[in-house]
Amino acid sequence: MEKTAIMAKLTDVFKDVFDLDDVVLTYDTTADDIEDWDSLEHINLISAVESTFKMKFKMKEVSTMKNLGEMVSIIEERTKL
Amino acid sequence: MKILSYPFDNAQILKRKRSIKKQLISDGSSRIKKKIAVLGGSTTNEIVNILELFLLNYGIEPEFYQSEYNAFWQDAMFGNEKLDNFDPDIIYIHTTNRNIREYKLSMTATQSETDEMISNEYLHFEEMWKKLSEKFSCPIIQNNFEMPFYRLLGNRDASDYRGKINFINRLNDKFYQYSQNNENFYINDINYISASYGLQKWTDTAAWYMYKYALATEAIPELSFNIANIIKSIYGKNKKMLVLDLDNTLWGGVVGDSGQQGIEIGKETGVAEAYTEFQQYIKQHKQLGVLLSVNSKNDYENAIDGLNHPDSILTPDDFITIKANWNNKDMNIEEIADEISILPDSFVFVDDNPAEREIVHSQIKGIAVPEIENVETYIRTLDRNGYFELTTYTTDDIKRNDMYQANMQRVRSQKAFANYDEYLNSLEMTAFIDKFDDVSLNRIVQLTNKSNQFNVTTRRYTAAQMDEVVKNPDYITLYGRLNDKFGDNGIVSVVIGHKDGKDLHLDLWLMSCRVLKRNMEYAMLDKLVLRCRENGIENIYGYYYKTAKNSMVKDLFTDFGFETINKTDDSASYILKTADHENKNNVIKVFDNGGN
Repeated sequence: MEKTAIMAKLTDVFKDVFDLDDVVLTYDTTADDIEDWDSLEHINLISAVESTFKMKFKMKEVSTMKNLGEMVSIIEERTKL
Repeated sequence: MKILSYPFDNAQILKRKRSIKKQLISDGSSRIKKKIAVLGGSTTNEIVNILELFLLNYGIEPEFYQSEYNAFWQDAMFGNEKLDNFDPDIIYIHTTNRNIREYKLSMTATQSETDEMISNEYLHFEEMWKKLSEKFSCPIIQNNFEMPFYRLLGNRDASDYRGKINFINRLNDKFYQYSQNNENFYINDINYISASYGLQKWTDTAAWYMYKYALATEAIPELSFNIANIIKSIYGKNKKMLVLDLDNTLWGGVVGDSGQQGIEIGKETGVAEAYTEFQQYIKQHKQLGVLLSVNSKNDYENAIDGLNHPDSILTPDDFITIKANWNNKDMNIEEIADEISILPDSFVFVDDNPAEREIVHSQIKGIAVPEIENVETYIRTLDRNGYFELTTYTTDDIKRNDMYQANMQRVRSQKAFANYDEYLNSLEMTAFIDKFDDVSLNRIVQLTNKSNQFNVTTRRYTAAQMDEVVKNPDYITLYGRLNDKFGDNGIVSVVIGHKDGKDLHLDLWLMSCRVLKRNMEYAMLDKLVLRCRENGIENIYGYYYKTAKNSMVKDLFTDFGFETINKTDDSASYILKTADHENKNNVIKVFDNGGN
């Protein structure tokens, strides 16, 4: 899947999980940029991303991911045919 | 709400929990408020978030206390000001096999050393339950233990006393024994739920290592739903009746087209066998006190013909009422509700036709309409929805179908009498009315928590609270059991009042709607006044608090001869001088144990 397509899908996931009418995401977006994105909600976000893209993050990836760009790269890698 | 009934999409519920909550809160329905303390041996935040959705959906508005991470035992044993002030209505203890401390694999351990480990582990919990129920006297819901995700001894782990699976099974058994001996204690069977969901999927080890969740995030809705079912059952929000379609629901094919011989039921084909097992499943519900009725678009004769098929497990007399006609199904449901005096929001409508389900779902508020798909999954869909979750079980439950059936006979015989008094006399009614006793307490609690219509205050009591009422000499209590020539109606009425000098204030006055218009309420009143006089009570104060469901008793006290003190749109209070009362019941013969 292309990075832009992944970003579009991710935006929908964020809207659902954080119940936002609209949200603008960039590769630099981090938990600091979104009000409700705390450590508890992080788990829920990861699980929603996994079910949306039908893939699993490795434990190491979850604990080292720094921003959305890194998340997108992992998803891209994992959903390659 | 459809998204919250089984089969549900776990990921959708988790992802959309905020918008689901908003929708539930703004749907305008009235809810009872309950304080729930969640004492966790692992992270519980998301479990609580999702539990809130399921409870809101059941008409319960929860407020939560959550113990600090893994502080369940400390909170319970040593107290915690926050928890004490919270004063929970219900306690849920979320422990899992991650919290087992005693188990150590030792291949040199003897049987008796292992027994001691199990006993120590058990006592660690028992001590906590006792402490909690002493302090809060409220229902406790406790997880049993799920299976571990690995087996060091392989298959032998289950049978060898040194195996962890063996250890867990034995420990679980001890939990069940405690549950059998302690009424206000309920097991949340995560061992079953995790197996049903799939143990490998349930155990997400990364979620444990990183966040200290003892189960996978995606499995949380399964767990929360299971807890919610126990809680709603404790508060009397179980369903009471299965309303069943016939063609392609209870048998394969259309009896009107193919005749009795043409329908699929029995053991001849796979499809026939599936319908047979479904019928067995339905029939077993009668023993749980669940009522059955038919709602089918069919000529009546054809419907009866189908049910009389030689291989049919269900027969016409299994049903309280059979509506087989060409009316709209929602109208039939309204009629059934009227005839047996049960609100249709406690019905479960089972029909293979999505169009019929849709019209019933949209017309009848609060009715459950499971999305049954194919006959091979009917049982699973009904079963996993937990409509009839059993938390208490009394002998009246077993007899409930017979009692309602006798009631239908009464309705039919009523038509043969010239006037109503003549009919009442013909019933040869006798009542037993006396103060609460231990034997009846279960049924009294159950009736108290599910009566909505003939109930002036709609006050609810847990078994523990009711126990305290019984022991407290400042209360006057009465329960009534009604018999007539058609059978025993069981315990049908409950009255509680508390004394204040020469006054008695009524906390509760309720009656089962299946004995409406039988003068049972007068018999209760006469007995109450008698008991009051014996206790030196001069005034009885009655209270009415309006709910969405209890308008039938809004004039109960004036009908009793009370004088109105105060009346607003939502409530009213009344007074009766015991000296002024003249007995009102003259059709029921009343007995008691003697004494006061």
